[in-house]
Amino acid sequence: MTYSFKVALRYLASNRAQTALLIAGVAVGVYIFVFMSALIGGLAVLLLNRTVGNIAHVTIQAPDRDPVSLYGRDSGTLVAILKSVQQRTTLQSAAAFLPTIEAIPNVTSVAGVVAGNGFLTKGEAIAPVIVTGVEPDQVSAIANVAGNLVAGSGDLTIGKALIGSGLAKTMGLRVGQRVSIRSERNIDATLLIGGVFSLGVSSVDDGAIYVHLRTARVLFELPDGVSRLEVKLDDLRLAPDVARRIANTTGLKSIPWTEKNEQLLNGLVAQARSGDVIKGFALVTIVIGVASALLLSTYRRQSEIGIMRAMGATRRFVVGVFMIQGGLIGLAGGLLGAGLGYLSLLPFPLPEATSSTGLPIAIGEGAYGTAILLTFIGAIFAAIWPASAASRVDPVKVIGP
Amino acid sequence: MIVDTPLLIVTDLVKEFNDGETSTTVLNGLSLSLYRGELVALLGPSGSGKSTLLSILGTLMRPTSGRFEMLGFNLIGARDVDLTEFRNQHIGFVFQAHNLLPDFTALENVMFPAATRKGRETSVDRRRATELLDKVGLADRRDFPASKLSGGQKQRVAVARALMNSPDLVLADEPTGNLDRESARRVMDLLIDLNGTDGTTFLISTHDETIAGQCRREIRLLDGRLARERH
Repeated sequence: MTYSFKVALRYLASNRAQTALLIAGVAVGVYIFVFMSALIGGLAVLLLNRTVGNIAHVTIQAPDRDPVSLYGRDSGTLVAILKSVQQRTTLQSAAAFLPTIEAIPNVTSVAGVVAGNGFLTKGEAIAPVIVTGVEPDQVSAIANVAGNLVAGSGDLTIGKALIGSGLAKTMGLRVGQRVSIRSERNIDATLLIGGVFSLGVSSVDDGAIYVHLRTARVLFELPDGVSRLEVKLDDLRLAPDVARRIANTTGLKSIPWTEKNEQLLNGLVAQARSGDVIKGFALVTIVIGVASALLLSTYRRQSEIGIMRAMGATRRFVVGVFMIQGGLIGLAGGLLGAGLGYLSLLPFPLPEATSSTGLPIAIGEGAYGTAILLTFIGAIFAAIWPASAASRVDPVKVIGP
Repeated sequence: MIVDTPLLIVTDLVKEFNDGETSTTVLNGLSLSLYRGELVALLGPSGSGKSTLLSILGTLMRPTSGRFEMLGFNLIGARDVDLTEFRNQHIGFVFQAHNLLPDFTALENVMFPAATRKGRETSVDRRRATELLDKVGLADRRDFPASKLSGGQKQRVAVARALMNSPDLVLADEPTGNLDRESARRVMDLLIDLNGTDGTTFLISTHDETIAGQCRREIRLLDGRLARERH
């Protein structure tokens, strides 16, 4: 143990009440930091889950048919294929990519879907709908349809349909009724409503229908292949990275959810920034608290600093003693605040399970390590001024011979 | 044993204090030499410049002008860090108020000058500090907090601390000024004994003629100048 460390420890130990108060003050600041991190993180998790939790995190489509040159410029003639907007892009060999995509880390499920637009008819009522055809065992692979049923069952046999609750309400539909659907390919079918779901996302609840994959193939004249592959991840924040990886591995066009939800992302970034400001204020409070307490300590110990200087202690030694005190207070306060923060956040449910009146706390988002590190650095930074003041103490003025 | 080589030489030392409006000259062209092994009393009325001289000789204060050499080093214009190192290795202090570190034990106080230089407390220094406490009669108080010692005991710890780094010069400013007669006698006996056995040079500032009489040399200051000297 270096001698300046020993002296610093002795000073902290000699005035236990003041040191305890100081550490407690720092711990409160760190607690606020941790709590705000967990709350902002929880809010983000809740918002993301409620808004994009039930959509594909990565959507894989066939590459665009971009125009290509068939002959080089040297030939003197340029022949090109124009980009087609009339042909549908389908993944003809989707099944071949499934094992590769499923093996990518963070991918939890992959579903091939045949999707398209259509009109739902019941008597005189007509509503535009988005039809998604999936294999029955994959109906909840992306959106938790089965888990959010408000009526009927999630069985998706041929000829059955699961419809959103908003659509059901608008059209006055109930489970067990039959409805007609006309697809964008002008193919009609009659479907039995097997279940009504409510995902809490109006764009889905007001106009989505899930049908059996084979039903969709008939409706959209797609005997093989799929319209797209939908991928769900265990951490939706990793979507851009995973999409990049899928594109690199398969050569397919992979679109993360973030590309289509820029406004939401901007909102989350703004929310995180406001959280950073609050955490910044907590840190500033810590720095001011530590600085003022240490400054008081330097005034109180002026004569002792003078004695040390007279005995041959260098200015650097004196600076070290006060900087170490700052560091120790920051470390102890940081550990205490982060520990108490963690313990007090334990009883909170996961953000997904938070009630409408509860606080969405994500205990894993507490930024405990960052809080401790920043507090430690902040407290050392706070000690610079008092330490500098202490090192400038004139021994003759404070002790004289 | 007194050696003929001067330990320190000050020549034409001037110290002025300037508060912006008025200037006060405390030392006014003072010249003197101290020799190794001397026991010197520094006398003079209040304001004669005794404390200022001790501060300058202790490298705690810089003179306005003049020369100050010790052990062959020119200490005028030396950097602060060099003066601190020089003070640590060659000069010991005994103050009128013992000036111990209250949160440290007697042993830790004595070890301080060595520990602050080396950055740690070594077993060699611990042994040396224990010997010094034994020498000043406080071996049984080594682990007592300084704040729990009596006035006389604190001053004896201060004497032991002053000797920790085996300094060439010990500057004592009214070392018995705050002590009762018996404690004062013990401290003076100790200084005289240490001077005799270790050969350390002592410069003792005092108002007490009895104490001055126990020293082998007297320097009297008046108005910042050398007024009289007795060998």
